[in-house]
Amino acid sequence: MTRQTAPLGSRAPVLAMSHIEKTFNGDVVALKDMNLSVNDGDFISLLGPSGCGKSTALRLIAGLLQPTSGTIRWAGGQAAGDLGIVFQEPTLMPWATVAQNVWLPFRLRGQSYNSVRDDILEALRLVGLEKFQNAYPRELSGGMKMRVSIARAMVTKPRLILMDEPFAALDEITRFKLNNDLLKLKEKIGCTVIFVTHSVFESVFLSDRIVVMAARPGRVIRELHVDTPYPRAEAFRTSAEYTAHTREASAALHQAMELAA
Amino acid sequence: MSLAERSAPPAPVVDAEEAARARSARINRIAKWTLPSLVLVLSVLAWHLYVTIAEVPHYILPGPVKVAQSVVEDWAVLWPAMLVTGRLTLLALLMAILGGVALAVAFTQSKWAEMSFFPYAVILQVTPVIAIAPLLQIYVESAFVAALLCAWIVAFFPILSNTTIGLKSADHNLQDLFTIYGATRWQRLRYLAAPSALPFFLGGLKIAGGLALIGAVVAEFVIGRAGTGLGLASTLLEASYRFNFGRLYAALILISVMGVLIFAVMSIISHLSLRKWHESALKREG
Repeated sequence: MTRQTAPLGSRAPVLAMSHIEKTFNGDVVALKDMNLSVNDGDFISLLGPSGCGKSTALRLIAGLLQPTSGTIRWAGGQAAGDLGIVFQEPTLMPWATVAQNVWLPFRLRGQSYNSVRDDILEALRLVGLEKFQNAYPRELSGGMKMRVSIARAMVTKPRLILMDEPFAALDEITRFKLNNDLLKLKEKIGCTVIFVTHSVFESVFLSDRIVVMAARPGRVIRELHVDTPYPRAEAFRTSAEYTAHTREASAALHQAMELAA
Repeated sequence: MSLAERSAPPAPVVDAEEAARARSARINRIAKWTLPSLVLVLSVLAWHLYVTIAEVPHYILPGPVKVAQSVVEDWAVLWPAMLVTGRLTLLALLMAILGGVALAVAFTQSKWAEMSFFPYAVILQVTPVIAIAPLLQIYVESAFVAALLCAWIVAFFPILSNTTIGLKSADHNLQDLFTIYGATRWQRLRYLAAPSALPFFLGGLKIAGGLALIGAVVAEFVIGRAGTGLGLASTLLEASYRFNFGRLYAALILISVMGVLIFAVMSIISHLSLRKWHESALKREG
């Protein structure tokens, strides 16, 4: 089921953040006047130095934090299973098998394993782990655990998947492989992704929108578009287009660092 | 296909380091059993020689032979006593598990409950049970119930405190994930807090098993035989009044054996419950 992603500018809205502010302890401004409209099929990277509020933004969207002011609106309201999330750590339950871990979002909605078995196996097949459904997390490598985590995030076919530096703790070879696989996955299921990263290269390779953020106070300073159409494969990493985009993103990131300094 | 057609499997490559490691593992495996056994045999032998050579009278220190004789000859007394003490211990342990876990769940579900009652659980724990036992004897009609309470008081605290810590120890990201997926309180307890607490609970259980036995022995000493039937500890006490030191030692050894048995059973339960996923139950490679 390949879904064609509409070109930027003609996509239906999924979620809108308007004038979001978040202050901690009364005086630490983690996020200042953030506006972001997320559209169906977007792959948005939040790129910035640490302390720029990118993870705070993600937690606000996830509903784990409440904004000090401003609103976050889901187009048509948020239903159960509309949101999937992948953390920096795989965050699997060590006492449960791979398949049971992927079952979790359904299980918490009261759905029996048998009633969603096909969805679970399909998600595991998509991340290439169908043979490991009965394995325990400890038996898997770091990259494989992350795949299980991704399978769990997408098993409910969510409208939006949040990823908080999911590959930061992995070695580069594994990270490249997972970057490629993530794009293939996105093509297959046509999901919308917000991806937090501090890697310019990762953000350019993966996303069509890069939101560059600065720290103290955390805020959005620029939005870049990477118009290279998907599918993007390994060859894209060495293309002149890619280099041009990374140069542009690096410049924006430098600007962000200077603003904070 | 005949056997001759099969090529022989290639000999495994074993370098010197691997061979040394395998050898040392083999030696460790054997030494783990033989060394303590050897210590036991030598100690018993030394005991026997000392008693024989120094001609120690058996009412001062009976030799191992005399003790072994007592175990056999007094079995008709010792076995029922063992059952009495065993029943008391296991019942107290069971109550400690139920009470400890229930209280731990209550504490983690309600901050107010924890703030109000945790200090008293600590006070109950730090007050020596031997000081509480005579009071129990006065206020509690049934001697069996008094003894049970006595053993329960010492056994329940490690279960309560370990389970409470365990229930709170769930991974923070997993807790966030449960929040995002709209988990109910019950689901959070059942699918996240309880499995996270299991290794902690089992650690508490191992300690509580031993403490329940100690509590039972203390209870028998203080509260005595009335109503509970004659347990091993009461038998031991009675034997000491009668200078029947063979029986005294026999009872002491059986109490130890019970303690070891309880510990072994708890260890097996712990291993079986955790072997699939918890670090403590996994063998490290290399």
